[in-house]
Amino acid sequence: MEVKKFMNKVFSRPKSLVDIPFTYCPGCHHGIIHRLIAEVIDELDIREKTIGVAPVGCSVFAYLFFDCDMIVAAHGRAPATATGIKRAKPDNYVFSYQGDGDLASIGTAEIIHAANRGEKITVVFVNNAIYGMTGGQMAPTTLEGQITQTSPYGRDSKTMGMPIRMCELLSTLKSPAYISRVALTKPAYIVKAKKAIKKAFQFQIDGKGFSLVEVLSTCPTNWGLSPREANEWLDKNMIPYYPLGAFKNSEEVS
Amino acid sequence: MTEKLLMKGNEAIGEAAIHAGCRYYFGYPITPQSELTAYMAKRLLKIDGAAFVQAESEVAAINMVYGTAATGGRVMTSSSSPGISLKQEGISYIACAELPCVIVNIMRGGPGLGSIQPAQGDYFQATKGGGHGDYHLIVLAPSSVQELVDLTIKAFDLADKYRNPAMVLGDGLLGQMMEPVEFKERKLEAPAKKEWALGSCKDRDARRVVPFNLDPYELEKLVNKIGKKFEKMQDEVDYELVNMENPDIIIVAYGTIARVAKTTIQYAKKEGINIGLIRPITLYPFPYKIISQYAEKVKHILVTEMSLGQMVEDVKLAVEGKAKISFYGRTGGVVISPKELLEEVKKIIKK
Repeated sequence: MEVKKFMNKVFSRPKSLVDIPFTYCPGCHHGIIHRLIAEVIDELDIREKTIGVAPVGCSVFAYLFFDCDMIVAAHGRAPATATGIKRAKPDNYVFSYQGDGDLASIGTAEIIHAANRGEKITVVFVNNAIYGMTGGQMAPTTLEGQITQTSPYGRDSKTMGMPIRMCELLSTLKSPAYISRVALTKPAYIVKAKKAIKKAFQFQIDGKGFSLVEVLSTCPTNWGLSPREANEWLDKNMIPYYPLGAFKNSEEVS
Repeated sequence: MTEKLLMKGNEAIGEAAIHAGCRYYFGYPITPQSELTAYMAKRLLKIDGAAFVQAESEVAAINMVYGTAATGGRVMTSSSSPGISLKQEGISYIACAELPCVIVNIMRGGPGLGSIQPAQGDYFQATKGGGHGDYHLIVLAPSSVQELVDLTIKAFDLADKYRNPAMVLGDGLLGQMMEPVEFKERKLEAPAKKEWALGSCKDRDARRVVPFNLDPYELEKLVNKIGKKFEKMQDEVDYELVNMENPDIIIVAYGTIARVAKTTIQYAKKEGINIGLIRPITLYPFPYKIISQYAEKVKHILVTEMSLGQMVEDVKLAVEGKAKISFYGRTGGVVISPKELLEEVKKIIKK
């Protein structure tokens, strides 16, 4: 017990996370992503001025987990809701947290136009190539050949199209300031992911405009894999199709 | 000091909103209300701290309204019939989250793409909820440009009072016509402290705006709480009575058609027919009581609308079989003329 007195605390729950258990499945990356966002909010010391927008889907419960003002948006509409908040409260920091069905399917109009208006918001886009909460249906980002409830014989690109690459699509726009894709399957990736999320928030703080970080994520439950197998599947199948890195970084442009 | 201004209906709504303290507007162009969107752009883009966004769709616009309403800002959107249909999902969320906002519907012919001429076919949608789930909007029905002004201002106050979305339900004729209006001086009360509004959680617990609850008992509590508000709202019932001393027949009409009926009353007098008019100003809450009272004193009630007959169902609920109810309607964007309405009255009286 004597020793403990001299030990520095090096790891604890971020202040920006409420001290309650997550509702996510074992091996799901939502928990890591929540933690990274909370660490970033703590480090930037913006918790008291941050307003988060939770989506519809597994992460609808994000509204409970972040210890800042939160609102739950309709499916796909988080960028519009975030726009309404930011325009009324320009001195607050607004982020939306959205899955692939939310952002890349039903909410494509909202994300494209929020990005194109250069809304000073930060979007965290969680891409796990499947619909989680409704039980494993095909997402716009489901890979070619991937089996889901609604692509039971594998995604057939001839009739279902190819998976949408949102970072690439949004990067064709002139207005967005920062667009980056990260993964979490290795500690080195997690370090990079946190840096990207921090940068995205910093861009908003600096008033530079729209920022988005896509996080490649696992869904062991609906993929039918163990958490470890899911990580391996992501590395092997998702990263080659969804390359990691910054697609838009207005600092470099200027 | 107030001066009379000659204004187009749609623009008068915009100025009224600003007069009422509205500083945020999100909308999408659609005929016959586009002048309102343009007016808000012209005005709000020049006011510090205000926001105007031409949204990518009506769906996005109402969800922007949802965001601003959650911060406690006075916010408005407007559209016309098909665009209002698109907003219904968002309106349902706003009602569930108990947020105030104003929605203007300048009705046009429907269903479908319909027409761009005036109509009243959205009565059901406006007064019975419109979106999914158990809720009502506060619905105000102006019948002149001055009333567009007065009721737009009232809509903001009622929305705040009940933390519920309020709708101004006009039609293409009201939106497009010009009349003199005045903006009465308004005592700007200190804005009520909104203990629920999102903002900075310094020195307080984090706040959450949540339009759902997966626990059925908890959701039931919320829905019942919202239901109680609708009971209280019955105090807000408003209507106009015209020529109600021993009428041979009573017309019940709202908005543009109530104005038509007023002219019909004048024509009828010359022919020795005495027509009374009950004009509901609040469509929700609906003036059941006054209609019920007069139903006992008169043989005939004629409901007239620019629709196949929607408000007539509420009139029937009010009358409870105590008088004979007839209906006369035109659809597709056709506005009923005073003479046409008089002919209809004569037919009924002769029977």
